[in-house]
Amino acid sequence: MTQVNRLSGGLIDRNAPLSFRFDGKTYQGHKGDTLASALLANGVRLMGRSFKYHRPRGVMTAGSEEPNALVELRSGAAQEPNTRATTAELFDGLEANSQNRWPSLAWDALAINDTFSNFLTAGFYYKTFMWPRAFWEKLYEPIIRKAAGLGSISFEPDPDQYDKGFRHCDLLIIGAGPTGLAAALTAGRAGLDVILADEDFALGGRLNAEQFDVGDQSGAHWAANTVAELASLPNVRVMARTSILGAFDHGIYGAVERVSDHLARPEAGKPRQILWRIYTKRALLCAGAMERPIGFENNDRPGIMLASAMRAYANRWAATPAQEIAVFTNNDDGHRTAADLAAKGVTVAAVIDTRENAPKTGSYEVLAGAEITGTQGRLGLRSVDVKMANGQTRRIACGALGVSGGWNPNVHLTCHQRGKPEWREDIAGFVPGAVLPQGMSVAGAAQGIFPTAACMMSGAEAATDICADLGAPTPAIDLPSTEDAPVNITPFWHVQGAKRAWLDQQNDVTAKDVKLAHQENFVSVEHLKRYTTLGMATDQGKTSNIPGLAIMAELSGKQIPQVGTTIFRPPYTPTAIGALAGRSRDEDFRPTRKTPSHVWAEEQGAQFVEVGMWLRAQYFPRPGETHWRQSVDREVLQTRNSVGICDVTTLGKIDVQGADAAAFLNKIYANGFAKLPVGKVRYGLMLREDGIAMDDGTAARFAEDHFVVTTTTANAVPVYRHMEFVRQCLFPNMDVQLISTTEAWAQFSVAGPNARKLLQKVVDAEHDISNEAFPYMACGQITVANGLRARLFRISFSGELAYEIAVPTRYGDAMIRKLVEAGKEFDAVVYGTEALGVMRIEKGHAAGNELNGTTTALNLGMGRMVSKKKDSIGSTLSERDGLNTEDALKLVGFKPVDTEHPVPAGAHLMTKGDPVNAAHDQGYITSACYSPNLGCHIGIGYLKSGDTRLGEVVRLVSPLTGLDHDVEVVSAHFVDPEGERLRA
Amino acid sequence: MIIHHPILGPRDSAEFTYLGDANLIHRPDWQAEDALAQFTDYGYQRKNPAGVHRELWFHEQGDRSWLVVTRNTVTHEITKVELARDVARAEGRDT
Repeated sequence: MTQVNRLSGGLIDRNAPLSFRFDGKTYQGHKGDTLASALLANGVRLMGRSFKYHRPRGVMTAGSEEPNALVELRSGAAQEPNTRATTAELFDGLEANSQNRWPSLAWDALAINDTFSNFLTAGFYYKTFMWPRAFWEKLYEPIIRKAAGLGSISFEPDPDQYDKGFRHCDLLIIGAGPTGLAAALTAGRAGLDVILADEDFALGGRLNAEQFDVGDQSGAHWAANTVAELASLPNVRVMARTSILGAFDHGIYGAVERVSDHLARPEAGKPRQILWRIYTKRALLCAGAMERPIGFENNDRPGIMLASAMRAYANRWAATPAQEIAVFTNNDDGHRTAADLAAKGVTVAAVIDTRENAPKTGSYEVLAGAEITGTQGRLGLRSVDVKMANGQTRRIACGALGVSGGWNPNVHLTCHQRGKPEWREDIAGFVPGAVLPQGMSVAGAAQGIFPTAACMMSGAEAATDICADLGAPTPAIDLPSTEDAPVNITPFWHVQGAKRAWLDQQNDVTAKDVKLAHQENFVSVEHLKRYTTLGMATDQGKTSNIPGLAIMAELSGKQIPQVGTTIFRPPYTPTAIGALAGRSRDEDFRPTRKTPSHVWAEEQGAQFVEVGMWLRAQYFPRPGETHWRQSVDREVLQTRNSVGICDVTTLGKIDVQGADAAAFLNKIYANGFAKLPVGKVRYGLMLREDGIAMDDGTAARFAEDHFVVTTTTANAVPVYRHMEFVRQCLFPNMDVQLISTTEAWAQFSVAGPNARKLLQKVVDAEHDISNEAFPYMACGQITVANGLRARLFRISFSGELAYEIAVPTRYGDAMIRKLVEAGKEFDAVVYGTEALGVMRIEKGHAAGNELNGTTTALNLGMGRMVSKKKDSIGSTLSERDGLNTEDALKLVGFKPVDTEHPVPAGAHLMTKGDPVNAAHDQGYITSACYSPNLGCHIGIGYLKSGDTRLGEVVRLVSPLTGLDHDVEVVSAHFVDPEGERLRA
Repeated sequence: MIIHHPILGPRDSAEFTYLGDANLIHRPDWQAEDALAQFTDYGYQRKNPAGVHRELWFHEQGDRSWLVVTRNTVTHEITKVELARDVARAEGRDT
């Protein structure tokens, strides 16, 4: 197919033809095209269907503000919905499809919505789908979601990679138009560390879209030469295809660089996009301005676009939407479109200017004081109806119409820290307010300065001021002479009497909808936005907000600045979720921590479980075992009958040293540590300041001034943070230092009747670990395997004769192999977290399920451990009445009366004969397991006054799962209640 | 946000963990007559101002200093950063 609407000139590479597909049809374009420019060159004006009414729509802009020409780009897993055809860079093989139409773009069944538009006005959903309530979720919403909407998603994982990066600079210049380039030259030559970022792939902004010269060369040439000079400066980094998304606190900017979106697929090893966090000393906003439309009857037909966009397509991309065009304007700038297209050989049917004093700008007809009252052409513009100054109506044939309602400075980023823009009457637009994000200044069109020469001057001056601020000497810059036309505009927002004048084409909001909202007393502009949806969705109303505000002002008899604007928030343009996630997805969503015995456990075919970020061996299935409980039961019984080994490295370890180490632990723990002898370990209970149990563990005293504290796996980080808080903020004069050594030591539990015999084969002979020399709760620094330093603790979580032995982490793998080897003669078993859990429940030891953030020492049965003789964190508030009631929950054990019954954690407990409801709740099961030693399920949990109810039978209920049976209240110490084994 | 650490210079706030009101330094005397009431206020009463606020930040991904940061909760302007330990000592915490 030929490119029927391709013009001469432009910045496309005619030696690089590209082939692409749109809605299944193949077209040709050139390198340098966007999807939108290539479609226009191929005579395609119809590019999409509108959100609500499914009206045929064409491209409206030539930039990232595009509301209409949204397409699904690429296919399969890489398919991306709602991509703007105006920013999609053409590449060979590009595949795009239109959205929100069925069965085809030209014939869309749901265009029938348009016929019922009288019903589908603002607030339609709120008013209509009110009743019956249950229908909303099941019936109305699914239908509406299907009928209305934008693109579809692939439901497949994103196949691309995204990265995150950090950059630092003295000055970030946002936008590489004439203002930004002049500023970058000034600051770059002065030696500042500069980043120049622009969302476009061709830098230069409007210079690439205009005919006028800069100095003795074309604007595009001047831009290209300037960018080349900047790129040659070592202190300037030029970032094309990079959108600044937001201005954040303290001079930090977010940006997304589209590294590979202009390629069929990313180069090997390259990400698709990079999310940058840019730290700046100063930022200069040179984001330019955006043209805004005028509202008139049926102003949304394919072929009707912004005048500046039409001019950009002709000048930069050598494409025109039609061979015969017209222009509708309220200012001088619109005439430039007519002049430029006429110069390219396009027929200009007329320039319709709302001003009586419209200038005569070319050989085409200018209709002064005229308005457009209607348009024709369902799938593409055919003609416009013009009401002349003399009141007569004329129909003018044209295939495209350029509309110019004036220019809005791009103030968005100035408002990201709640800055409020201010109205300027002479340009009929908002400019940045006085309060800007820290370190930001604004220059050029973004500041309301429109003539190109003045823009360059403004950019250079702003850069000079910044250089002076940062102490860099600034050489004078000779700026070339260029376009310097004054702004001549008479505000004109919409043609009166129009029934369907589209303001927000993305959301199908008309001037009438704004009127309706006003009638229904939506006074606040924020409410107007939510009620009508004006300014929402992917374009965030970049072209529609100001005309909407103008109409709101007119209706309420206010001035535009009194109506105010809605709040601009990041991101400036739609951003792929993938870019925000970066590499933090799938298995890299967060770090994975592996224990020192991980490789060995993998070799054994262990089943692993996630515990926080740790991967721990859950159990070790043996051949012939078909159910996890077979493995776990075996591991438990073998440990209790002989000896078991378990990697317990994940427990937090904190080294506490200093003259006041014992005094410090006295503050941290509810129980006392001052009198703990060297060479001994003590269990410690840590409270939060509000008296609730925080964590538990042990503290081993290796010297008068040296303790090693352990924490639970889950609380290793918060406990360390808490201890540093107590040390630095509460007791700043204590002589004590803390360091986390969790990762420094590989630690193994060795438990069971043969534990000592096994360890005696591993521990060097000079260390006596007999029961007499190394009794229960002893600790010591020893050596293993002929001199390797190690730490030995005689502590027990399982209730057996048990030790924990620690070696430097790099010896962890060797240590597990040595222990297993030494254990062979005792038929030692290595057990995982499941068996660990079974044995601690059998022993009634509390863990995370019991220390659940609502329970106190009293609940845990450790009330008397809280020393009243000393001050410790939480001791005072633990005495509150509410925490010490007569019927306080107490930790006890539970056994089913019928031993076949389960005892699931989370089940609640009721007194026999009481109704089953919350008011009669007696407590709940916290941890449960099958006990191979008792031959039935057991549980531990909290029961009101539980310690006085041993032997009582209570009801265990779980209304959710239909459980209701009897359990007996027993001591939580199911195995060896006297503790004889662990002292053996 | 950027926090100017008194020892380490400007650091991204992402390196820190936030705790809250710096009044948490003012832990009451456990032996006071009305210790329970004092601890209740200490534990539960916060000013939550829209404006200047002194608050505790922990440099968890850094040197593990607790800092007292004076920050405007409306504008996020940070006017002062001190080591919490220095603040606690200056306020006369005795141990």
